[in-house]
Amino acid sequence: MAKRLAKKSIIPGFGLTMGYTLVYLSLIVLIPLSLIFYKTASLSWKEYWDVVTDPRVIASYRLTFGASFVASVINAVFGTLIAWVLVRYDFIGKRLVDGIVDLPFALPTAVAGIALTSVYSDNGWIGKFLAPLGIKVAFTPLGVIVALTFIGFPFVVRTIQPVLQDLDHQLEEAAFSLGASRLQTFVRVLFPPLLPALLTGFALAFARALGEYGSVIFISGNMPMVTEVTPLLIVTKLEQYDYAGATAIASVVLIASFILLFIINCLQWVSGRRYFIG
Amino acid sequence: MPKPVQPAALVRFLLIFAALIFLFLFLIVPLFAVFSEALKKGILVYIESVEDADALSAIRLTLLVAAISVSLNTIFGIATAWAITKFEFRGKNLLITLIDLPFAVSPVISGLIFVLLFGAQGILGPWLEAHDIKIIFAVPGMVLATVFVTFPFVVRELIPVMLAQGKQEEETALSLGAGGLQTFLRVTLPNIKWGLLYGVILCNARAMGEFGAVSVVSGHIRGMTNTIPLHVEILYNEYNFVAAFAVASILAVLAIITLIIKSLSEWKTKRLLEAAEEEQ
Amino acid sequence: MGIEVRNVSKAFGSFQAVQNVSLKIPTGQLMALLGPSGSGKTTLLRLIAGMERADQGQIFFHGEDYTNRRVQERKVGFVFQHYALFQHMNIFENIAFGLKVRPRKKRPSKQEIYERVTELLRLVQLEGLAKRYPAQLSGGQRQRVALARALAVEPKVLLLDEPFGALDAKVRQDLRRWLRQLHEKLQITTVFVTHDQEEALEMADQVVIMNRGRIEQVGTPEEVYRSPANAFVYTFLGRVNLFHGRIHQGKIKLGEHELDVPGISHADEVPAVGYVRPHEIGISREQSEKTSISAIVRHINPVGPIVRLNLKRTDTGELFEVEVSDERYRELDIQVDDTLYVNLKSMKIFLENSKTEAVAEESDLGEAADSGPVWDEQVAE
Repeated sequence: MAKRLAKKSIIPGFGLTMGYTLVYLSLIVLIPLSLIFYKTASLSWKEYWDVVTDPRVIASYRLTFGASFVASVINAVFGTLIAWVLVRYDFIGKRLVDGIVDLPFALPTAVAGIALTSVYSDNGWIGKFLAPLGIKVAFTPLGVIVALTFIGFPFVVRTIQPVLQDLDHQLEEAAFSLGASRLQTFVRVLFPPLLPALLTGFALAFARALGEYGSVIFISGNMPMVTEVTPLLIVTKLEQYDYAGATAIASVVLIASFILLFIINCLQWVSGRRYFIG
Repeated sequence: MPKPVQPAALVRFLLIFAALIFLFLFLIVPLFAVFSEALKKGILVYIESVEDADALSAIRLTLLVAAISVSLNTIFGIATAWAITKFEFRGKNLLITLIDLPFAVSPVISGLIFVLLFGAQGILGPWLEAHDIKIIFAVPGMVLATVFVTFPFVVRELIPVMLAQGKQEEETALSLGAGGLQTFLRVTLPNIKWGLLYGVILCNARAMGEFGAVSVVSGHIRGMTNTIPLHVEILYNEYNFVAAFAVASILAVLAIITLIIKSLSEWKTKRLLEAAEEEQ
Repeated sequence: MGIEVRNVSKAFGSFQAVQNVSLKIPTGQLMALLGPSGSGKTTLLRLIAGMERADQGQIFFHGEDYTNRRVQERKVGFVFQHYALFQHMNIFENIAFGLKVRPRKKRPSKQEIYERVTELLRLVQLEGLAKRYPAQLSGGQRQRVALARALAVEPKVLLLDEPFGALDAKVRQDLRRWLRQLHEKLQITTVFVTHDQEEALEMADQVVIMNRGRIEQVGTPEEVYRSPANAFVYTFLGRVNLFHGRIHQGKIKLGEHELDVPGISHADEVPAVGYVRPHEIGISREQSEKTSISAIVRHINPVGPIVRLNLKRTDTGELFEVEVSDERYRELDIQVDDTLYVNLKSMKIFLENSKTEAVAEESDLGEAADSGPVWDEQVAE
């Protein structure tokens, strides 16, 4: 089997490593994950529909998808800006900034959650400047957006950065020498090749935000119908030992994630490269 | 040698300024807040909070869970990256997508699937109960959930590094009579060690900090199935903020160390690659 | 008066890329900037284009000070070594780009743009490829698209950075000839950068030879090849043999061998180097007045119509190279290890350690070489 799959190579170990990969992947990921759909199938269609369209659940979708979308848009804009600044300009502390971009990947979500809550609550470092303006962040949907922006931030930067790096700066010079202004050059020459990477980063950030739990539950306040995200509802159902209900809602989130994953793969196919983000 | 045209200084200044402000407000301020809150009542209270028996047992459990899951995923990562980068086969892209799956799955769902498998009402639940084996609300479940969540980290770091290195060096070693294992240890490993280190360290950071998935399978039993992040949540919900931030600061330090090693490993990998290119 | 560069300097950090360079490029000329890598030729080109700012000095276009004009205002057509084509635009869109980005008032109508691009496609012989994307073209085709794109904005000056650097030898030959013809047709002031001496000598009206950020010599191809200003130019333009010796009472002593050097009287007892091109050395089987240096054949290397001989002097052991015609080679029936007698038909002497101030006196030692315009016989390294 292995011999037929792989073209002839003098390097050894294909059968061993490939076999191990497939067994481990199946045991840890594929079989457990397929249980979501197996378990969901134990509900009748009507039961399933009632669970996933309950008003409280619908409100949580609205918040989760809405806040994830807004957060990913913010990240797309600022991620592009930061990638641009990191690739094109030299300034003191650039390497430090480049390192700090990955903080949301390295900082546990629960820590991020309590830290953001303390900073953005009414008497927090940033919150106390916003409160007089009538802007409340912590314990409102705005807080959810802040948390989701935080955790999804590095995706756009890290997908755009390598593409921007590979973009020959001579393209800009060529456009300039043909009389194009700086804005025209960005819009017509640089942006189009960046677009697949930008969309990929956006989709990755969006997918991450959809499932986010740890950072959100602290800052959101978890008020049903207002600031309750879908992953929290799954946990709530579980704590009530409503496994079927939890699984049904989980299946909705999972399908949304898979659609995103499919889109990301298509985008990577279009742009001819894969992004590795950890 | 010739540099690109620098845009007008003003545009450049404004862009850098905007980028730094955003980073400052969203990343730096919260990070500092962790330490500031933790030390609010002085260093003594801080030490007391960290030396609390429940906190210590949470740290021990976190280390145990991380050690097991990181080892498992490292072995898997190396084997899989080897298969993917050194051979051509059909379905490679599908395989990579499947490996990425855990990234797209909500941590809560990652925990849920193991509850469905091993929980009291789960598929294997009755059998496990009959044999008195506890997986859910116990350490094995937490390890499984963590392994699932941190599954792709090491592979994902290794694949690009190994792709960039190519396979010429391995082929040379083999043609000179080295065995497969020797080739891996003496030729491949030195080339990928920094990428591997970063993958391991990132996997570790995520393993120690995982909250959602572990929360679902742990049962939150104090002193028994509490990891550091779960302990932070308990303290926080008890309004014991200083203690919560004190314990959280351990994880924040871990995050900073992770970032430093990441920068270092990227720098080293780049140098190795440049050296390899120069040779060609 | 086309372009004038006056006392221009440019540094990158501590590296002096261009040092106090002055140059006049007359309107309608085809000028080559020739030099080894790191000689500052590309930087000079980019300074003219406005892609780099000069640290010092001024640049004039048609008598007007352009030193502080931005690249957008200079109306230069710039062709990059790796073309810098916009990958997401097809060929038509690439060529039309410079017209489409003009301010609305100056922008030609759609019909005019279409006509202009079609005309340019015909000029660069790429009709029918308008809908293709850069990735679908060969290197030579891409180069011509880049040229058409630069010409679309009707530039006053055409600047080309290593225009053939990324192409293989055959395509390079064709494109050279084609570009030369195109220049004769359009008569646009053109400056191109190259490190290939053959390319510069073959194509340009004027050749500027650069080294370490400075101009070593400016002249027609014949001038720079026939009368190199200094040792660098001599070595850089084609193959050369170096004979180390000493100046002694108006003669140069090369080992056992002595040769008259007219006009060297002001220097005595100093080390000097004689420069002789391989084709300026005659060989024969018999020793005579002129052919007093004996040498042993080490290698024989036939290269097309000429044969290169590697010889070793019997007196000093110095190695040198001789080029003879295939005919002469057969006539003498030369074999490895044969002993031959050589005569240095022409030699240029530069005093050692003071290259720039060296007296560069031609010492015509034999009858004038029987070679015609020699530069196109040189084979590039």
